[in-house]
Parts: sequence; C-alpha cells; structure tokens
Amino acid sequence: MLLSHYLGLLENSEKQLSDAFEYVSRKHKDEPDIEQICQKLSAWSREHHGKVMSFCQKYSEQQSSEPDKLKRDLFAEKRSGSLTLLRDLHDLWLLAQEVQLCWIVIRQAALGLRDEELKATHEFCNARTKRQSDWLLGRIKQAAPQTLLVAEQ
Amino acid sequence: MKETRDSIADIWGPRTGYEGQWPERVDERVEEEPDHWVQSACVLCSNGCGCDIGVKDGRIVGVRGRAADSVNHGRLGPKGLHGWVANNSPDRLTKPLIRRNGQLEEATWDEAMSMIVSKSKKLIDEHTASSIGFYTSGQLFLEEYYALGIVGKAGLGTPHMDGNTRLCTATAAAALKVSFGSDGQPGSYSDLDTTEAILHVGHNIASQQTVLWMRVLDRLAGPNPPKLVVIDPRATYTAEKATVHLAPRVGTNIPVMNGLLHLIIEAGYINQEYIKAHTLGFEELKQVVAKWTPSRVEQLTGVPADKLREAARILGTCESLVSTALQGVYQSMQATAAAVQVNNLHLLRGLIGRPGSGIYQMNGQPTAQNTRECGADGDLPGFRNWGNEEHIQQLADLWNVHPDQIPHWSPPTHAMQLWRYCEQGSIKMLWISGTNPLVSLPDLARARKILAKEDLFVVVQDAFSTETTALADVVLPAAIWGEKTGCFTNVGRTVHISHKAVDPPGEARSDFDIFVEYSRRMDFRDKDGNPLLTSTWQTTEDAFNAWRECTRGRICDYTGMSYAKLTGGSGIQWPCNEQYPNGKTHLYEDGVFSTDIDYCETYGHDLETGAPRTKDDYKLLDPKGKAFLKGVDYEPPHEEPDESYPLWLTTGRLVYHFHTRTKTGRSKELHAAAPDSYVQLATEDAARYGIVEGDMIEVESRRGKILEPARVGDIEPGLVFIPFHYGYWDKSDRPRAANELTLTEWDPVSKQPHFKYAAVRIHKVHA
Ligand code: SF4
Repeated sequence: MLLSHYLGLLENSEKQLSDAFEYVSRKHKDEPDIEQICQKLSAWSREHHGKVMSFCQKYSEQQSSEPDKLKRDLFAEKRSGSLTLLRDLHDLWLLAQEVQLCWIVIRQAALGLRDEELKATHEFCNARTKRQSDWLLGRIKQAAPQTLLVAEQ
Repeated sequence: MKETRDSIADIWGPRTGYEGQWPERVDERVEEEPDHWVQSACVLCSNGCGCDIGVKDGRIVGVRGRAADSVNHGRLGPKGLHGWVANNSPDRLTKPLIRRNGQLEEATWDEAMSMIVSKSKKLIDEHTASSIGFYTSGQLFLEEYYALGIVGKAGLGTPHMDGNTRLCTATAAAALKVSFGSDGQPGSYSDLDTTEAILHVGHNIASQQTVLWMRVLDRLAGPNPPKLVVIDPRATYTAEKATVHLAPRVGTNIPVMNGLLHLIIEAGYINQEYIKAHTLGFEELKQVVAKWTPSRVEQLTGVPADKLREAARILGTCESLVSTALQGVYQSMQATAAAVQVNNLHLLRGLIGRPGSGIYQMNGQPTAQNTRECGADGDLPGFRNWGNEEHIQQLADLWNVHPDQIPHWSPPTHAMQLWRYCEQGSIKMLWISGTNPLVSLPDLARARKILAKEDLFVVVQDAFSTETTALADVVLPAAIWGEKTGCFTNVGRTVHISHKAVDPPGEARSDFDIFVEYSRRMDFRDKDGNPLLTSTWQTTEDAFNAWRECTRGRICDYTGMSYAKLTGGSGIQWPCNEQYPNGKTHLYEDGVFSTDIDYCETYGHDLETGAPRTKDDYKLLDPKGKAFLKGVDYEPPHEEPDESYPLWLTTGRLVYHFHTRTKTGRSKELHAAAPDSYVQLATEDAARYGIVEGDMIEVESRRGKILEPARVGDIEPGLVFIPFHYGYWDKSDRPRAANELTLTEWDPVSKQPHFKYAAVRIHKVHA
C-alpha cells in the first residue's frame, strides 16, 4: 500500500507550512497583522502535523522528501525590499496548496479504506487549510496593487 | 451667565422617574441673553442631542436643549452645555499656514491650495493616485464626507481613505455586518422607555453619553425599573447602578459572553422558533459556547460563577432587552467576535425588531455614523459592497464615471494599514481632516516618526493648532459646528440638521468648501467632461440632495428627508422614504435581515483570521435574509503582564472631555473639572509600591514611558487606568499621553486597534 508514502508527503508539507508561517511571522514583525495571524496559522499547521503523525504510525510511514525540496525552492533567495512581503505570502500560498492537494488525495484513500477517523481528521484539517489559503489570498490581493504600482525598490 | 443647572457638580441633573414617555426637561446655559436661536445638535459624542445655538451680535453665547427632540427631550450634558465656548476661543486657526524653510508661516488660500494641487498632480504622474491617502474624522458633516468620498473614489481613484472612526466605531459596523449583513442599529432609544432589562458591555455610558444615561437613571427611578447588567473590569459610574456587575479580567470578554450564552441555551431560555425561521449557525454556536461552564469562566475571567448565573437569569428571562457595547469590547482582543455575541444574545431570544428591544453597537464620535455611510472610511457610500460589481456600477452611474475609476479591487485601505504605507513611503501625501492622531493613535512615538518623515507631504485641516498640525506641511483653518450648515446622524439612526449660526473666524472655511475647491482645482471630471462636483453642487443642500439619491433603496434611505423637513421639529430616523415618511423606529421587524446576496454590505469574514469571504462562498451559504449566529473560542491577548511588565494598562474616557480635548479643554469649567491626566491604581498595588495619592508615577511599556500623578482606589488589583484625552498642546512639561504606551495591533475583522490592554510597569518618581 502506497498510502504511507502520501501520508509522509502530507506530514512533511504540514510541517513545512507551519515552519514557513513561523518564518514569515518573524521576518515581518513590522506588519502587525502578518506577525500575529501567521503565528496563529503556524499553530494550526503544527496541530495538523501532530494529527497526521498518528496516521503515519498507523500506516507505517515511509519518509518522503519531496516537499522539503519545495520549500527550499520557494524561500530560496534572500529577499529584501518592497516586494518581499508579497513574494513571501505568494510562497506561503503555494505551500498551502500543496497541503490542500495532499489532503484531497488522502481523503480519497480514507473513503476507500472506510477509515472514519482519518475522514474526520481530513474534514477538520482541510477546512482550516482552506481558511489559511483564504487569508493568504486576501492579504496578497490587498498588498499587490500598492506593491507593484506605487512602492519603489 | 445663566444656567438651568450646574452640570459640572451634578453631571446628570435631577431625576424625572418614568416609564413609557420620558418627560421633557430643558437644560440651558448662556453667557448672555441671545438675540436669536439657531437649530442644531450637539457634536461632542455619538448621542447627538438636539440643541439650539444662542447667538448675540454674531457670536455664540450659549446653548439649550430642544424639548421636541426624540433623542434628548431637552436635556444636555456637561460637554454639550460647555463645549461650545471653543468656537469663540482666541486660539482658533484663522489663516492657512505653509511650511517654508522648516517653519509654518501664514499664507493665502490660493498659495495653500495651489501647493496641495501641484503636489497631488506630481504624485499622480509619478506614482499613481495610490500614493495619496486621506485620514478623516468622526466629526465632519455628512455632506462633507460625501464630498470627500467622491473626491477620493471618483476623482483621484485612491483606495486609501479612512477615518479615526477606525479607532472608535469600526467594530460596531463590523459586528452589525457580521450578524445582519449591513451596518444599521436595529433598535431605537425609545426602547429604553419600556424595556425590562438593560445590558452594558464595556460601555461606560454614564460618562460617555451622559444624556442617554439620564434616560436610564430616570427609568431606574420610575415604576417597574429595568434590571441592569454591567460587564466592565472597572467600577465605573455605570457599574455602581448595576443589578449585577460582572468585572472580568482585561481581555476576557469572549469567555464571559460565551459563558452567558451557554447558560441561556442550556436553561432553554431561547426562542427556538425564531432561531429556526430567522437565523443560520445555531448548532455551531452552541458547540462553541458549550465549553464555557460557569466554573471555567470563573477560573479564566475572575467573574464568580453565581454572579454569571444571576446575569444569565436576567438576560434569559426578560421579555424585552436593550443591549449596548462600546470600547471595552471594541478596543479589546477578539473585538468583533465579542461584539457579535451581543447580537447573538438578541437573536437567540428573538428580542429584536420590536418596541422595548434593541441593540446598540455604540459609536464614540458624533458623526461617525456618517463617516461609515458616506464612504469616507473603509466602506462604500450607502453601505454598498465593494465585492459586488452591481453596487460599484450603481456608484459609477450616480457619479457618471467608469466603474473602474472606483477602487474596488480589494477592500478599501484601513487606517492602520494606511499609516503603515506612509511609514514605508508608498503613500507620499497624507491629508488629515478634523482629527489629532498624534494624541489618539496607538504607539505615539511611531506615529510621530511617520508624520515627521521628509518624504511624506502632510496636509492638516483643523480648527486649532494641535500636536498634529505642528508636523504638517500645509495647515488649513477649518470652520466648525455652528459656523456652517450640514447634517449628521447619531448612533440611533437619527438625522439632525445643524444650521449655520455665526460666521467662521478669520479666513477659516468649512471642510465642505475645502474639498469642493480641491475638486475644482484638480479639475476632476466625469465621463462626459463635466466637472465632478462643482457642476451640480453649489451649497451643502445640493450635496445633501445628491446624497439622498445615493441612499435610494439602501437601508440608510434618506430619500424622504430634506433640509426643510429636518428643520423645525425633532431629528428623523432613517430609513425615511415614501413608505416611512417619518422614519422608522425599528429595523428587521419581520426578521428579514440585510443578508440577501444582492443586498448585503459584505460577504463576510472569517472571524478568526479576518479573511474576506468571496461571493461564491457566500452563495453556498445562501442566507436569504437570515441573520448569522457566529461564535469563536477564546484567544489570550498578545501581550500579557510578565515579570518585567507586571501590570495591565487600560485606557478610557472622562465624563468632562471629548477626544483630544481640542474643544472641551478650552472650556474653563470642563478644564477645571478634569485638568490633567493621572494613573489610577488599586489600593493593594499602591501599598505594594509605597505609593500614595498624588505621587508622581512613571508608567512604562515596551513602547514608551510617561509620568502621571497617582490616583488610588476603585479599580481591580493588577490593573491601572489612564485617560486617553491628554496630550501636549496645552501642557508639554512631561510626557503624559496614554498612547505613548499602547500597542500597534488590531482586530482581524474590524481592524480596530487594541487600546484596552498593554503590559506596563510602574515606579514612584522622587522629585
Ligand atoms: S450626551 Fe453627547 S450629544 Fe448629548 S449633550 Fe452630552 S456630549 Fe452632547
């Protein structure tokens, strides 16, 4: 069964997302809303990660390193200047999509397995992942025009 | 000098106990006998008491309450009776000022306006109109806000416009939108005349709206007095009169409200039929509040379980209920979520839309309602929805501009973000009207640094020199209340006209004239090449008539009002139209709310993250006029007392002053009644620090430090209180503004800053 592979992928990507929210929170302390909401959303992913871990054990996980690479690519350059915030939020959003897609895949398996617990966990976590994405998208939309049209380097 | 009562010594005056019809009592204070009276209303708080301005030889000499007015039945409070003297102050600004070689120097209007216009044009050329921002007030008139709204949205096309109302009433609007789909208070002040119970949450009504408190006191003194529940961490005047006073720890409004709702649901005090027919979300709400048992609430908030039960019994069994909330909720952690719990209480019990039952998500400032209605803050005119293309088209048609001229690609910029853009340098011109942010904003050191920036061009229009005008590049002298004609709306949807009584001093001009002049000089034009404002607006009455059209079919419908109709009698409540020619006392009588997808002012937000909901998501909910029941769980404040900063600071108002005292501080009597700031601390804490009444105390937070004389007693241990009114324009020998200490952070939904908590430490200063 390759479920464990995907659980590993999910586990890893929730962890990446949690770390990335934390990173962005610290980096953008001067934006009070970013600092606080990212803290909160990081905690959500941390909680999800804990929940996923228990399923990894249940389905004897094999490590996957794919999302690791993703984060490296996403937050690669040392960013500074006006674009930084927008680019960081952009990358957070991409990571959140990765998580969301993993959950969709896992849900399909949970249905097939008739694993009620996994289904319930999916429902809880996936709804919150969507809320993370919604917040990111809202904040990106807010920042975009000012950053691209008015701000200087 | 003649006065009917001494409102300084006896704030609320003699009792006229009643039930049913509040008796009249005309309060009056004049320096000399006026030769005539001019109709107006008070602009020193959101109550909007109807008053007449007494004039003698072209000078204001006093005021008297209007007996016929539905808001105050003739009464006025200390601020209303005394504050008008500011108009006659020798400190009034009478000439424009321009900064030359670092100094503000007198200039002509032509020089000042030319400078603003050429700066604007240059910035638009180089950086688009999004490099220009406006920070306005809760104290202009509706015609002025509407003019400003059009200048910003249709003329310049900048999304950066907000008011200081963000600091005071943003959560009121947000909470009403969350629950009912639109701004607009559901009830009427007349509900107080018959109600069985009253709930004040974080609202020190006795100090804030003295005249409304007189109404409550008179009910308490009459037959069948209502039961009074007060939730406030401090033992305020309001709390003294409470049947039950709950004093939760700072930042714990949500657990208390959740606990109350839990008890009410559990006891079956709810109206199942109403909930089913008129609301969405009951099961989720029930689940959220279920955790908050009285003992858990007690543990976290310090409110004794039996007191919570007693309050729940009153709120759960009364047949009618009036609730109010203000800054204790709005400027605290989880502001919108807590304010919404007040709405939930009424929805769960079906106590809405009928006589005796009303909700007041209170406003602070006198005309804050109009800042919101007219689109001079982060909302669109007529409570339109920025996410609804149809609503944008309506505005475009009204103004005859292309819809894309109106910024609606994301929510209008809220004040705190606006200041942030100034800090980062992407807003390069900030136009401040009728407000003094260098006393009222949180974290003043930061605010000062922003306004002092070389690359930020600052225009300030005000009646007086303030801490803020001192850092301006251009200062425009503004005419104020009594010196211009216009309308404004109180927190109870009651619209008053205020007629011009006297000429403004020197060359001062009304805000209306200034904005219209800017529009003319900028040569803003509509689609057909006609001047945007000036082709149709000669007077404020023209602007009012245009505003009426903008409100047609919206909940704040003014189409049945006119200057003539507003003159002579009482203020009139909106909606006022063909169907309700005399206004309407209650909204939502039929339980159909403003949540219809084509009508609503917003598609809503995630209450925890503040993420705006999309139209598509809203479609799935399809509320079709049902109200939303929403709840969230408790989140601790972001800054809590610790070893280095062991005390809570909370800030608030005093009965004798308004805002940053630019007006009330110029009345001899009001000033004498509350001449200086202070820090109030508990007897236990005073003993611990060896402090006695009057000692000079240094109060320090992570943002700054100030010096305040101590006042001991009447507050919970661990908490200190400092009034927010005091700055430096009249006394600059020591740092004393409370906002030197407060935090820059805000509610995720309403974006209102958190003034009500910060961690501080204190120590006695030896002179
Ligand atoms: S209650 Fe408010 S509006 Fe009425 S007189 Fe006092 S300050 Fe003015």
